This record gives sequence, C-alpha cells and structure tokens, in this order.
Amino acid sequence: MSAPVAELASREVISKYETVIGLEVHVQLATASKIFCSCPTSFGAPPDTNVCPVCLGLPGALPVLSREAVEMAMRAAMALNCTIRRVSRFARKNYFYPDLPKGYQISQYDEPIAEHGWLDISMDGTHKRIGITRVHMEDDAGKSIHEGFRDSDRYSYVDLNRCGTPLIEIVTEPDMRSSDEAYAFLTELKQTMQFIEVSACDMEKGQLRCDANVSVRLKGAEKLGTKAEVKNLNSFRFLKMALDYEIARQVAVIEAGGRIVQETRLYDVASGETIGMRSKESAHDYRYFPEPDLVPLRISEAWQERVRAAMPELPAKKRERFMTDYKLSEYDANWLTADRVVSEFFEATARISGDPKEAANWVMGDLAAVLKAQGKEIADSPVSAQSLGELLAVKGKGEISGKLAKEIFAKMAATGDPPAAIIEREGLKQISDTGALEKIVDDVIAANPKQLEQYRGGKITVLAFFVGQVMRASRGQANPAAVNELLRRKLG
Amino acid sequence: MKITAEQVRYVADLANLHLTDDEVRKFQADLDEILVHLDRLNEVDTSRSEPMAQVLYEAEETATLRPDRSRPGLGTELALANAPAAGSGYFKVPEVIKR
Repeated sequence: MSAPVAELASREVISKYETVIGLEVHVQLATASKIFCSCPTSFGAPPDTNVCPVCLGLPGALPVLSREAVEMAMRAAMALNCTIRRVSRFARKNYFYPDLPKGYQISQYDEPIAEHGWLDISMDGTHKRIGITRVHMEDDAGKSIHEGFRDSDRYSYVDLNRCGTPLIEIVTEPDMRSSDEAYAFLTELKQTMQFIEVSACDMEKGQLRCDANVSVRLKGAEKLGTKAEVKNLNSFRFLKMALDYEIARQVAVIEAGGRIVQETRLYDVASGETIGMRSKESAHDYRYFPEPDLVPLRISEAWQERVRAAMPELPAKKRERFMTDYKLSEYDANWLTADRVVSEFFEATARISGDPKEAANWVMGDLAAVLKAQGKEIADSPVSAQSLGELLAVKGKGEISGKLAKEIFAKMAATGDPPAAIIEREGLKQISDTGALEKIVDDVIAANPKQLEQYRGGKITVLAFFVGQVMRASRGQANPAAVNELLRRKLG
Repeated sequence: MKITAEQVRYVADLANLHLTDDEVRKFQADLDEILVHLDRLNEVDTSRSEPMAQVLYEAEETATLRPDRSRPGLGTELALANAPAAGSGYFKVPEVIKR
C-alpha cells in the first residue's frame, strides 16, 4: 500500500520536512451498564434491544451518571499521570445525525475530568514523553448502516444499542514526530488501558478508536503548519498507512506551491488514500452549553485516594522491574508484559520454580506454543502457573532431565494434570539411585562387546553410543550426568 | 439591534429550521429583546455567587451517581413502536449522505 505514497513525494523530499502529530483517542469503558442509564453495554445484541427512554432520547427522560464509569475514567487519568479536577462538568455538544437521537452528545467541554498528563513511549531503546492535554467523559452514539439492505438506496438503517456506552476521549499534545511514534503511543496507551482493566480495547469492536491531527513544516521552521484531521484510523495497520499517506500528500501540496486546507479527511482503506470530507463550515459549531440535567461531578481527595490505592502496577513500571529483579532482557520483559494476565502468570511461575529466567523461557516458548496450537488465551491455559512452576522446580533439582521435562509438559498440556501426578503415574522419576543405574550400565556394557573393544582401543567417541543405550534402557529416566560418570569409570 | 438577520439565519440553520424572511424579522426582534433583558441581569453583582448553570446542592459527592448494574432494555418491538419507519429490527431514516 506504499504505492500512493511513493507517487506523491520521494523519501528525500519528505525528509526535508518535520511531521507534527497529535492524537484523539476514544476508549470504550468496560462497564456492565451504560453511562447514564441501566441498559446493558453488551456487544452484538440484536439491533435496538438494549435501549430505554434515556438512551433513546425520549422526552422527559433524565440521565444519571454511573459511578463505575467515573472510577474507570479516574483510573485512566491516573495511569496517564493527569491531574483530576475536584469539580468537572458535563456539557451538551449539539449536532444532528440519525444515530444521535437526543440531538446532542453529553460530553465535557471546558472543565473535563482530568488534564495535564503524560505517557512515555519507547522505540529502539530511546524514550520519549508524550503530553496528554486532557481526558474527558462522554456518551457514545449509535450506528448507521448505509449499505446491504434491499432499500439501502433510499434508507439508512439505525441501531441505537451503542447509544450511551461510556467513553473517555484522550487528547494528546502535538508531540509525535512520525507515524512510528504515533503507532508506539497508541500501542502503549492500549496496553495501559488493558492493564488497569478500563477497556479490552478491541479495535474491531470499536472499543478503541483513533483520529489524528497531522501537519508538516520544513525542518527548522518554528511555526506549525496547517493541520488536517484524519479520521477512521481503526486498526494499527491503517493508522500507520494513513499517516504516511497524509504526510506525503501534504508535502506534495506544499512542494507544488499549494497550501494545506484545514479540513477533516477520511482514510479510505480500499485506495490507501485520505479523502477530504465536504462539510458545511457551520457543522463545527457545536454550541456547547452546560448539561442542565446533570449536577457537576465532584471528586474529593479521599475518593481519589481510594481509587489510587486499588491501581495495579502499570506496564512500563513492570517492564523495568522484570529487567532489574529477574535479570530479563528488554525483549523478554516487553514480551512478558504485553498482556497483564501473561505477566502475572510468568511471575507466579517464576516464584514457584525459583528460576525466573527458566520460567520466562518456558512461558514464551513451550507454553506459548501449546496455547497457539490449542487456540487458547493464557487465562484458559491447560497448564496452570502452579503446575509449570512445580515442573521447573523438579527439573531444577536435577530429578528429571530437560528432555523428560518436555515430555511431562506435553502430558500436562494434554490432560491438565499437575506434574507430580504424571511423574507418579507413569513412573517417570529420574533414576539417580546408583545401584539401579549400575545394573543398567553393566547390562548395556555386557550386551555391546564390540563397542567396548572400540572404546578401549582408543575410540572414545563411542562413549556417546553407550550413554544413548543406557538412556534408552532407562526409558529416559536416568540422570545423564550420573550415567556419564558411571560409564567413564566402568569402561575405564 | 444587538443581533443581525444573518445571525438569526445562522442559528436557525444550526437548529435545522427553515425560516421565511418575515420569520427572520420576527425572531430578530424577539431575540433582541431577550438579549436586552439579559443585559439588565448583568447589572446585578454576581461576583460572589457560584454559577448556577447546573443545579447545585450540598450532598455526599457520590449521592447523584448510580451503581453499575444493568437491566434489560425495552427490546426491539417497544423501542421501534413509535418509529415512523422501521425494518429488520432497525430504525429507518431517509438515506443519509455519507459523511
């Protein structure tokens, strides 16, 4: 999809310019009920079922704010290092569209719930702080369907189930300088929101939506260029492609002596281009005014402290701790903290096994492979952290070989049984008992006189053959170190 | 006049209202009177009062909030009962020009 970009401007020409990007990200909060009424927020219900007079905007219906939605917005604000306002207000944002039955969105305007925060991103080992301008709460609109029905040429179909789903909008400072930085920011933001369990952030379900303000200026120029707002960046892949296209388009316009028009542009997935949306200028006059049906939202220090006390460790902090406490590489720490459940699984395994490095290897390797093969998330893992930890502890004590550990793990994955049960049931305990091992070694030597002769004749590589034979005779249960030691002595 | 005919047309347009020239003149006069009246209110010293755009009262900070418990909605049949047009369980509206 880089073709349209290459046609617009060469890499050399683009590199003369600096890109300035700010993001506006909508995150759906994972409450059970809507923000201002008790309708369920469940995804995929039959159309126009999860609705009531409040979210349908029927006359006389009054909104009542959800406490849980406020606390989730507070958690998000805290994770983004924002200051939470003691008093914030809701406001009406007025516009007409069929999927907005009230005729206005209840949002926050000049007094949002939180402001002045930041989130750090890291790319190739370098860190950068992205400013957060504000976080505000609002209700979601419904969905309009313009295609797919027999009479779609005359009618649009409207599903209002999503009306009133709680959202937070996170607005960043224009601090990003490339599509890669925007990508890194959205990745970090998504992970953070998932960690604090504010949202599942599934982009396909619209739980995370992103618009971008993009402008370019010649490197060294002080004045910001005119920005365009790019909408519909609803997957990580599209975000990067749309931004790269928009950057090249703006450079091409300026290089050709033209001027950038401040406008809203829509990313078109099919063509890979951004397309200007014609709209009346007055469409942006939302006539905000304070929502008279809601009292101001007051948040005391005490309430903040209660919420703060229940905050989990954030991904950036956890990554750092994994690297210092467990001596993991940056790659391993990133991998193991990409998902909160995975990070907790790893920590439990590390604690029980007593060997963090080994635990990391198994979680990232054998366990990840089993989960992939079974099509399961780690929360439904057939092998618990307790079981994996016990297996690695037994292996660490030298009671089973690495090869045997893998075999036992495969059986754990298939049955869900703990390792001790499998070892007991199948008699897989490693034979370190010298008496039993000596008997096997003696038998193997007696059965292979030719190889014995070769060994004694100086061909010491035959030792490997004997080790293999002993391991086979013991069904893999012999302690390899003990076997080597014994063989060397007996073959002598 | 504190308000122009053009401003009246602009506000009407935002509210999806289509006014005749006579109506524009009528509303221009009405709105003007309202603004003149508000200017009189501005003479009152409110420097020591909290704005009352929203209802204020002394209460526990969470007293006006509701717990996050969901209840079934109206269901399609009831929800669509008053819809001028409906089909396949959806509200139907005249085709929207894609934004």
